[in-house]
Amino acid sequence: MRLNLLLTTVAAMGIAAASLVQAQTATQSLNGGPSRQQAQQQPAQDGGPIEVEIDQGVLRPFQIAVAPFSGQNGASIAEVVSGDLRRSGFFEPINPASFIETGLTLANAPNFPQWTQIGAQAVLYGSVTPRADGRNDFGFRLYDPYRQCQLVSYNFTATPEQWRRIGHKIADVVYERMTGESAFFDTRIVFVAESGTGLNRLSRLAIVDQDGGNPNFLTDGSEIILTPRFSSNPDEIIYMALGEDYSRIYLYNLTTGRRENLGEFDGQPLAPRYSPDGTKVAFSIIRGGNTDVYVMDLQTRRLSRLTTDPGIDTSPSFNPDGTRIVFNSDRSGTPRLYVMNADGSGQRPISRGGGSYTAPAWSPRGDLIAFTRSGGGQFGIGVMAPDGSGERMISRSYFEEGPSWAPNGRYLMFSRQTRGGDTNLWMVDLSGRVVAQSGYQGRGSDPAWSPLLSETPANLGRGGPDSCDT
Amino acid sequence: MMTASRIAKVALIGVAVAAMAACAPRRPVEGATGPGGADQGVNIPAYPGPGTGAIEGGGIGSGAPGSENDFVVNVGDRIYFDLDSYQISPEAYPRLDAQAAWLQRYPQVTVRIEGNADERGTREYNLALGARRAESIRNYLIERGVSAGRIDTISFGKERPIAQGSTEEAWARNRNGRTAIASGAQ
Repeated sequence: MRLNLLLTTVAAMGIAAASLVQAQTATQSLNGGPSRQQAQQQPAQDGGPIEVEIDQGVLRPFQIAVAPFSGQNGASIAEVVSGDLRRSGFFEPINPASFIETGLTLANAPNFPQWTQIGAQAVLYGSVTPRADGRNDFGFRLYDPYRQCQLVSYNFTATPEQWRRIGHKIADVVYERMTGESAFFDTRIVFVAESGTGLNRLSRLAIVDQDGGNPNFLTDGSEIILTPRFSSNPDEIIYMALGEDYSRIYLYNLTTGRRENLGEFDGQPLAPRYSPDGTKVAFSIIRGGNTDVYVMDLQTRRLSRLTTDPGIDTSPSFNPDGTRIVFNSDRSGTPRLYVMNADGSGQRPISRGGGSYTAPAWSPRGDLIAFTRSGGGQFGIGVMAPDGSGERMISRSYFEEGPSWAPNGRYLMFSRQTRGGDTNLWMVDLSGRVVAQSGYQGRGSDPAWSPLLSETPANLGRGGPDSCDT
Repeated sequence: MMTASRIAKVALIGVAVAAMAACAPRRPVEGATGPGGADQGVNIPAYPGPGTGAIEGGGIGSGAPGSENDFVVNVGDRIYFDLDSYQISPEAYPRLDAQAAWLQRYPQVTVRIEGNADERGTREYNLALGARRAESIRNYLIERGVSAGRIDTISFGKERPIAQGSTEEAWARNRNGRTAIASGAQ
């Protein structure tokens, strides 16, 4: 099932949207996976309150009032928006119980003093309106009640069941408008859902919206699933599977459910990652106890060996233009990070500290490399520049590993295990200021963040007589 | 691209690299008694001698000569490794010698060496580490006369722990290599 998400601008003062510019995004899969998987047992839904640890001394989050939208699922949409904004660490949604003005409609501006009175630095409200074609209009406005002007307005048109995703799109618009950073809420996470313990541990490939919504299992648990990663196309993933007597890398299409073995290799394959353009896969093959990095062209299936030394060389990750690869090697005696050209030339170490560095991931912005570093009985997530300078740790605990970048390069998701306890998905912002369990609260590891499912529209309604921009 | 010194290193890999890895832990572990081999005895689980291992009840054929049960119960299918090491420890020699002898007695049997790591490492690195352990066992068995063609290897990294919990003892048990019967047992 493929659905179109039609985006339309709304006129500045509530004029009918139909006559105005329409922008259609690329078609998107919105059903959370093939329908045959819908019947399977669902992973855990949100299991409790979201905790965001914010150092109030460093930054006071932006106070935003997100009013319940009118219409179908309106209150739930507001909750999705509030949850996204809160988890980002930049926003603190005000408790709706303290709202003075209620019943806002898109035709009118808010009563500004009633919002400044409760400390709202921005007011978001909207409505869900059925259309003749069976879809809904999801319109919203964001106002600055102090300056008494409109920050942004927009109308998304989509099928009624897409309300949750529309919530993420709205949160993306607000986030971009208020922070100047690019969007990241309209994304999904593939990860390994875990259940059972020890030899009875069951691991299943799973997918969930970035905030924990719409969780679905994609495999049945007959194989141990490891390290799923997205292609630049958010419908395509690659992952590793371990059976009783085999190790494979699978390509998997989330929309069609089609799974393909990358190949049978002379040795054990592991650690797959797509090139940024999705045409190649870098991975490792273990042969005779020695692990080296290879790259395979998906079109020709030609395999090239990039490393040849007797040390462990694994966890390759491309830079955004695909010309360089960061990887992990213990050729010097301890695991360190190395960078090489995409053809294997120019290999050189970049990590400078002690302890061990593993599991590097190059930021989609290109400016940073995230990694796992261990030492002193702890494991942590850190970032450094591609030349190894400016290293800083942004999270640390008993055990955590495997950072995956949000598409805007400002957040990382990783898995954290408590001593003797469960493994869960955690999220941290680049400053290390916001560290919180991710929206998905069940047991899971190896999260991989998808690209944006669709771009935030460029033609946002920011004009009109009461625009903050004029 | 290989320099002379690199070639020399490769030639010495069996001894030098293994020894280097053994005494260059990739991370300190809480509660460890000290660097180097001081705590090796503590970390290595006891090896039950032939016949003293736990024997569970079973149907007819349990432990019959040449059977998988015979191998597991009377020879022992796992050996254990030091922290961050893939060197076969002397404590493991008797068991691997017994495995080699058993495999020579039953030449139709093929095996799969499974390399395992503890939970105190990242996923992909641990897979590579487990593979080194499996390869060490494979090489040992080949040296003891088992033909290379009968021995396959696979690494499970930290994905198949046999001991639960986050204790030194559990980690020590999970750093192992298992010789699994792939085919040919009676």
